Amino acid sequence: MIEIKGLHKYFGELHVLKGIDLNVAKGEVLSVIGSSGSGKSTLLYCINGLESIQQGEVIVDGVSVHEKSTDINKLRQNLGMVFQQWNSFPHLTSLENVALAPRIVKGKSKSEALAIAEKQLRHVGLGDKLTNYPSALSGGQQQRLAIARALAMEPEYMLFDEATSALDPELVGEVLETMRMLAEEGMTMICVTHEMGFARDVSDRVAYFHQGIMEEIGPPEQIFGDAHSEHTRKFLANVR
Amino acid sequence: MSDSVAFFSEFRATDLLFLGEAAGRTLLISAVSISAGTVLGIVFGWAISASRFWGVMTIGTILDVFRSVPLIIQLVLFYNFFPIIGLNLDPFASGAVVLSIYTAALVAQVARGGIEAVGQPMRRAARSLGMSYWQDLRYVVWPIGLRAVFPAWVGVALSVVKDSALVSVLGYVELLRASQILITRTQEPFIILAAAGAFYFAISYPLSKYSQKLEERWAS
Ligand SMILES: Nc1ncnc2c1ncn2[C@@H]1O[C@H](COP(=O)(O)OP(=O)(O)OP(=O)(O)O)[C@@H](O)[C@H]1O
Ligand SMILES: [Mg+2]
Repeated sequence: MIEIKGLHKYFGELHVLKGIDLNVAKGEVLSVIGSSGSGKSTLLYCINGLESIQQGEVIVDGVSVHEKSTDINKLRQNLGMVFQQWNSFPHLTSLENVALAPRIVKGKSKSEALAIAEKQLRHVGLGDKLTNYPSALSGGQQQRLAIARALAMEPEYMLFDEATSALDPELVGEVLETMRMLAEEGMTMICVTHEMGFARDVSDRVAYFHQGIMEEIGPPEQIFGDAHSEHTRKFLANVR
Repeated sequence: MSDSVAFFSEFRATDLLFLGEAAGRTLLISAVSISAGTVLGIVFGWAISASRFWGVMTIGTILDVFRSVPLIIQLVLFYNFFPIIGLNLDPFASGAVVLSIYTAALVAQVARGGIEAVGQPMRRAARSLGMSYWQDLRYVVWPIGLRAVFPAWVGVALSVVKDSALVSVLGYVELLRASQILITRTQEPFIILAAAGAFYFAISYPLSKYSQKLEERWAS
C-alpha cells in the first residue's frame, strides 16, 4: 500500500503540492487527472523519491520513502516508473535495455537477466524486436520498451506519468492496451493521464488535481458523471 | 673553409634516427599529458556539472584561466615557478605537468558537455530503476555521453599532440626542437620540416583512424 500523508512540496518559493492525503491499496488502479502545472508529475516523483518533500510523509509498504535511513535504490525497485519521454538507452538493444537493471541492480547473471528481458519484451508485444536498437523502434514501441524495462525489476507498483502524451495519435492505442493489460493482471498502478477514456474504463478511482490540491477523488462513474467540485466539472467539460 | 664544412653538413641517415627519437619524445609527452589530462578533465567536468554553484565558480573559473592563457606563457611561467616552490622538475616533467593541466581544462568542457548531453530525464529514468548515483554514471551517463562527445575529445587529443611542440621552449628535445637543431646544422629546412611533419602525421593518423572506426561501430 502507498500512503501519502499531509504531503507538501515546494520548488523554492513555489508551493506545488499543498497537503496531499491519499492511500492507494494493493491491486488498485488510480488515474490522476488535472490541468497542466497542477502538480501531478511532481506527486509521482515524490512517491519514488526522485523529488524531496518539505512536509508530510510518503509510506510504501510500511517504509517511509523520504527517511534518511531508507535504502531508496532498493525501494525504487518496487516502484516501476514510466515517463512521458520514454528515455530508452540509445546505445543498447531492446534486450540489453531491459536486462541492464536486473543485472547491475539486482545482481542477476547475464543469462538470467537476458531471460527476464526476453520474457518482459514478449509480454509487451516486442518479441520480434529483441535485438533492435531504440532508434529502429517507433515511439509506441519505445514506450512499451520502457514499460518492459520497468517490469523487469518485478515491481509491485507502477507509476505512469502521461505515458502516451508524447506519442503520435495512431500510436497511443498500443501503449494504452499494454497498460490495460497490466491493470487486468492486477498490477497496482497510479496513472497520470490525459486519456479520459482510459481513466474511465480502467481505473478503480480517479483523482482530480487543481493547483496543488487534490480537489476530488472517487470512482470514475462519479467523477465523470457527477463531480462534486466546480473545478472538476469545468476541467472535464474542457477536455471533452 | 674546412671549418664551415664541418659546421654545415649534409642531412644524413642518422639524422633521421635523431628525428625518430625526438618523435618518440613527442609521442611520450603527448601520451602522458593526454592520459593524465583526460582523467583529470573528466573528474573536473563531472564536478562542474554535479555541483551547481561552488563547482562552476571555483573549478570552472580556474580552468577558464588555463584555457585562455596561451600555452607557451604557461610553460615558461611554470618552468620558472616550480623551482621557487622547491620543485626541481626537468623540462619533460614541467612540460608534462603544464600540458596535462591544459589538456584537463579542455577535456573538462568536453566532459561536461557529454554529461549534459545525457539529460536529466534519462538519468531520472535510470534512477527510477533502482540504479545508484554511481551506477547511473557508469552504465548510462558514461556510454551515452562518451558517444556524444568522443569526436570532440579526439579533436582535443590531436591538438595536444601539436601543442606539445611548445614544450621545446623549455629545452625538451621533441620533434620541433630536433628539427630546429638539424636545420641550423644542415641548412636544409625543407627536407627536415617535411620529415618532422610526416612524423606528426604518423602519430596523429592512427588516433584519428581508430576513432573513426569506433564511431562507425557506435553508429550502427
Ligand atoms: N524542477 C522544478 N523546478 C522548479 N519548478 C518546477 C520543477 N518541476 C516542476 N516545477 C513546477 O511545479 C509545478 C507543477 O509541475 P508538474 O510537472 O508537477 O505539473 P503537472 O501537473 O505534471 O503538469 P503537466 O500536465 O504539464 O505535466 C509547475 O508550476 C512547474 O512549473
Ligand atoms: Mg506532468
